[in-house]
Amino acid sequence: MDRFSWCDGSLFPDEHLVEQQGGVAVYDGHDKTPFISGFLMLTTHRLLWRDQKNRNCVISLPLSVICGLDEQPSGFTKSAKIVVHLQPPTPGQPPGPVTHSAHNFIRLSFRELGQQEFYRSLKEEVKKKRWESQTHQSGSSSASGSSSSNSQGLLPRQRPGIVGIERSIQAKNKETNKNISQAFQDLKNLMEKAKDMVNLSKTIATKIKEKQGDITEDETVKFKSYLLSMGISNPVTRETHGEGDKYYSELARQLANLLTKPIEESGGMMTLTDVYCRVNRARGMELLSPEDLLHACELMEFLGLPVRLRIFDSGVAVLQAQSQNEEEVVSKTSAVVEKQGNLTSEQLAQLLGLSVVLAKERLLMTEKMGGVCRDETVEGLNFFPNRFLTET
Amino acid sequence: MADFDWPWQYKFPPFFTIQPNIETRKKQLEAWCSLVLEYQRHSKQYGLDVTEAQSSELFYNKQLNRKLSLDAIYTVLEELRKRGNLTWKDKTRKSCTLIWRTYAEWGKMIYNWVVAKSMMNTVCTLYELTSGEDSEGQEFHGLDKDVLIQALRTLEAERKAELMEFDGSEGVKFF
Repeated sequence: MDRFSWCDGSLFPDEHLVEQQGGVAVYDGHDKTPFISGFLMLTTHRLLWRDQKNRNCVISLPLSVICGLDEQPSGFTKSAKIVVHLQPPTPGQPPGPVTHSAHNFIRLSFRELGQQEFYRSLKEEVKKKRWESQTHQSGSSSASGSSSSNSQGLLPRQRPGIVGIERSIQAKNKETNKNISQAFQDLKNLMEKAKDMVNLSKTIATKIKEKQGDITEDETVKFKSYLLSMGISNPVTRETHGEGDKYYSELARQLANLLTKPIEESGGMMTLTDVYCRVNRARGMELLSPEDLLHACELMEFLGLPVRLRIFDSGVAVLQAQSQNEEEVVSKTSAVVEKQGNLTSEQLAQLLGLSVVLAKERLLMTEKMGGVCRDETVEGLNFFPNRFLTET
Repeated sequence: MADFDWPWQYKFPPFFTIQPNIETRKKQLEAWCSLVLEYQRHSKQYGLDVTEAQSSELFYNKQLNRKLSLDAIYTVLEELRKRGNLTWKDKTRKSCTLIWRTYAEWGKMIYNWVVAKSMMNTVCTLYELTSGEDSEGQEFHGLDKDVLIQALRTLEAERKAELMEFDGSEGVKFF
């Protein structure tokens, strides 16, 4: 009994639970002990006994001190028992419930059956000596020989449990990282080529300028506009303009430069999705992430640029030209509605050549200012002049 | 109800959608409240059943194919309640009493009529008052019984009348 030591019931990293059984009492030799009713757990390393009432009371016995096992079948008033013969105590072991015992064996009494299964498993574990193979795997290489003769030593090492899973995930991550960096290696080459492409398009543009006579005016204009909306020759990137605020403010400036004209042409507003597509088309290979774009746009107002970010109540984000006046939009929109009698956002979009989302935002804004009122039916949302406020 | 003079809002489709804009909604609800009260006064109705009202012409303009949703009807009725023109009959809010004239006003009107008819110090039944031949042509002819009792209670408080009960029917004595 003096080979037992106190423990907290947690398992070692490479220790696994093999078998457990409730209602087990521990005898010190032939004597009773206070450990009457508890859970007996067999792990690859130890025998653990946990009190059924006081779950903090756990004692453990390393399997390495077991030198023999016997069975005692159940009698008329006696439950089945396993006799565990122990090696003599070694000095310097952790504190346990008993400091000295006269017996060199303990008995495990199975009051709720399960003795046969437990005995079989215990015998097997003691024979396998898994605690040995694992300590020398993780620790010194000096332990040798005997354990490699079993099947474990020959097969590629299988690591069971959480550690094994973690390791395999790590390996997988490493592999994907490698693959990704390889893939981007290829992209880099492509990007270098893209620079040439932009240059080429520029030279074509100048050539067209020189030979304007040969092609019709219309075609030139069209072609030129394609080219112009295509290339930013020196896109702001993290590599060229550093990290953080500086990168975003430079990016915001470049975006404002690029977009001021198209935004004004499209009626003073452009949804952020459109902006995103347009900008990334122009940047070619140095693509912007939506997040970076949003951060840059958020800075625009602060930097005093001619365009700024505006987020409508509905959550639609747009870039708006500074020149666009809200009141003007409201009065214009209500005038259009007044003239048409009633309008849906689709109709307004058609009339003004806007996107439907923006037309709807305009109507909602006008409604907020009291310029129009809504008529909601199964057919959709229709807007009327606000006669509630204008008439009495 | 062909002779009912519908307000212009009744022919205006947005009238049937509760407006999100606060200013606009205020005007809209005002219009609804006065429409409901006018309509009730015109048709001499004192109560309103919400389920029935849903399909009544008051909340359903068939020509326009617009109807006030149930939620919106409740919004309008609650607004009326806030103004003191409506009381719910019970907590389920299935039906309500609409008060387009206060009880005191009713009481006064009845009392004036009684004085004019010199029926002072006589006892008359409630049935006589609202459904009798004498009161025909009077505005309170056909008045809802609950409303009538409330109106007479106000007179009672002024000691101008006394409600009494005999042989299972109710009567009132004016002083």
